[in-house]
Amino acid sequence: MPMREAVSRFVRDGDTVVIEGFTHLICFAAGHEIIRQGRRDLTLARLTPDLIYDQMIAAGCARKLVFSWAGNPGVGSLHAFRRAVERKTGGTAPLEIEEYSHFGMVARFAAGAARLPFWPLRNYAGTDLPRANPRIQTVTCPYTGEALAAVPALNPDVTIVHAQRADAAGNTQMWGLVGVQKEAAFASARVIVVVEELVEESVIRSDPNRTVIPGMIVNAVVREPWGAHPSYAQGYYDRDNDFYVAWEGISRDPAKLERYLDEFVRGVPDRSAYLARQPGLAARLKAKEALSAGVNYGF
Amino acid sequence: MAAVAASELADGEVVFVGIGLPNLACNLARATHAPNLVLIYESGAVGAVPERLPVSIGDPALVTGSLMVCGMADVFQLFLQNGRIEVGFLGGAQVDRYGNINTTVIGPYERPAVRLPGSGGAAEIAVHARRTLIVAKLNPRAFPEQVDFITSPGQRCRGTARRELGMPGAGPVKVITDKAILAADETTGEMVLAALYPGVSADEVQAGVGWPLARASRLGAVAPPSGEELRLLREVLDPKKLYLRG
Repeated sequence: MPMREAVSRFVRDGDTVVIEGFTHLICFAAGHEIIRQGRRDLTLARLTPDLIYDQMIAAGCARKLVFSWAGNPGVGSLHAFRRAVERKTGGTAPLEIEEYSHFGMVARFAAGAARLPFWPLRNYAGTDLPRANPRIQTVTCPYTGEALAAVPALNPDVTIVHAQRADAAGNTQMWGLVGVQKEAAFASARVIVVVEELVEESVIRSDPNRTVIPGMIVNAVVREPWGAHPSYAQGYYDRDNDFYVAWEGISRDPAKLERYLDEFVRGVPDRSAYLARQPGLAARLKAKEALSAGVNYGF
Repeated sequence: MAAVAASELADGEVVFVGIGLPNLACNLARATHAPNLVLIYESGAVGAVPERLPVSIGDPALVTGSLMVCGMADVFQLFLQNGRIEVGFLGGAQVDRYGNINTTVIGPYERPAVRLPGSGGAAEIAVHARRTLIVAKLNPRAFPEQVDFITSPGQRCRGTARRELGMPGAGPVKVITDKAILAADETTGEMVLAALYPGVSADEVQAGVGWPLARASRLGAVAPPSGEELRLLREVLDPKKLYLRG
């Protein structure tokens, strides 16, 4: 299914949207299409908002952000996010925030995926996080009497996962850092999978341990090579660190950020046009080969 | 700082590694006295042997050749909360008298003067790692008597000791700065001056700290990095000076 159709059918105004991926496999292609289609009032949730949510905040898609670490990984700040929260001039409309730690967000997805109302964890005592976010609560263990932290389930309306490969039915395989994508997908009402390569079902069946998301929970499969750029896809392309560094200067200046969105997001019809504007990506970022040894699934 | 941090790690220890200086310190330790150090990154790489200096905590070089890659639910539940992490490295915009760390906001939470990135995995690392090491440059604004926001708990949080709060780990035992090492006093939990870098006076350290700094009963002296450590840092581990500035 083309990205345009997947977003138009499965992402609605007001939705809680999760585009997961910890540094790795972040689906910028889907975020850009959501901006192009002018979605509004979204609650954007993910552990690390990264550049993609900074762009979506700047484009006015977001009403609220749910997160645990809002920075430019390895570089510095997300300035559209900061302007919105610090309410500086040039910022977008005030952004509501709901903040956890990574463990808290992981636990929220785990509860959502297991269809439990909350998840207990030993955390947050002594910190100011429960004061900043009253949804972080305390429960008493019925067996030991210990006071434990509790975080509420997170059940997104739609989760978008980028992966190396899937078959047409959405059986999805990924390798390298897998983050919290499995839990986020199982927690979600709808799931869009975006892949570097569409493969035959027989390829999936030849290595079933590598399947992270089964087709039965997937609503749409989109083939979008380089769809995670400027993040990376292990075995396909490296992170475009130059762009992450450049984002510091682009996002710091609202006018520059608008020009970026006009040129590379709103000003292109789709991902292939985005890539056509950046010749030389493959020469710069294509992954070297490091093949696994393979295993015998025979019996 | 990287060499001092490296010297705090023992061979065979399991370390939860943050990006930047901690990463450099861990790889220096691995190249010198601690070849069997196990590096775990919150991104899910276990036993990582990065061939290049990772540009972020989720760098693909952490995956290639590692012992295991797991999901983040496993990182936090099966490794960290399970008690498998011996050392956690933390940094922060503010570190206070009791080793509480702020990486959330400068100013009031509802209307911050500066919005920082937030906890990431730091809150739970400070709770669960058997001990944590804080790495930060001395500066009175970075070392206030009390942080604006407690993101990661130290030895005492607003008057209550961490043990009373049910935290399994020992918390921040040392703060490695660019001029001295501070250490948590075993009785009071307060960060006190424990050792000076060569050529640094106690007054200079006090000038970078926003509370009256007590001294450990025996003040140590930090040895300067060896020629081999400097060579490894400058020529092998960070030749592009991504983290080795100043």
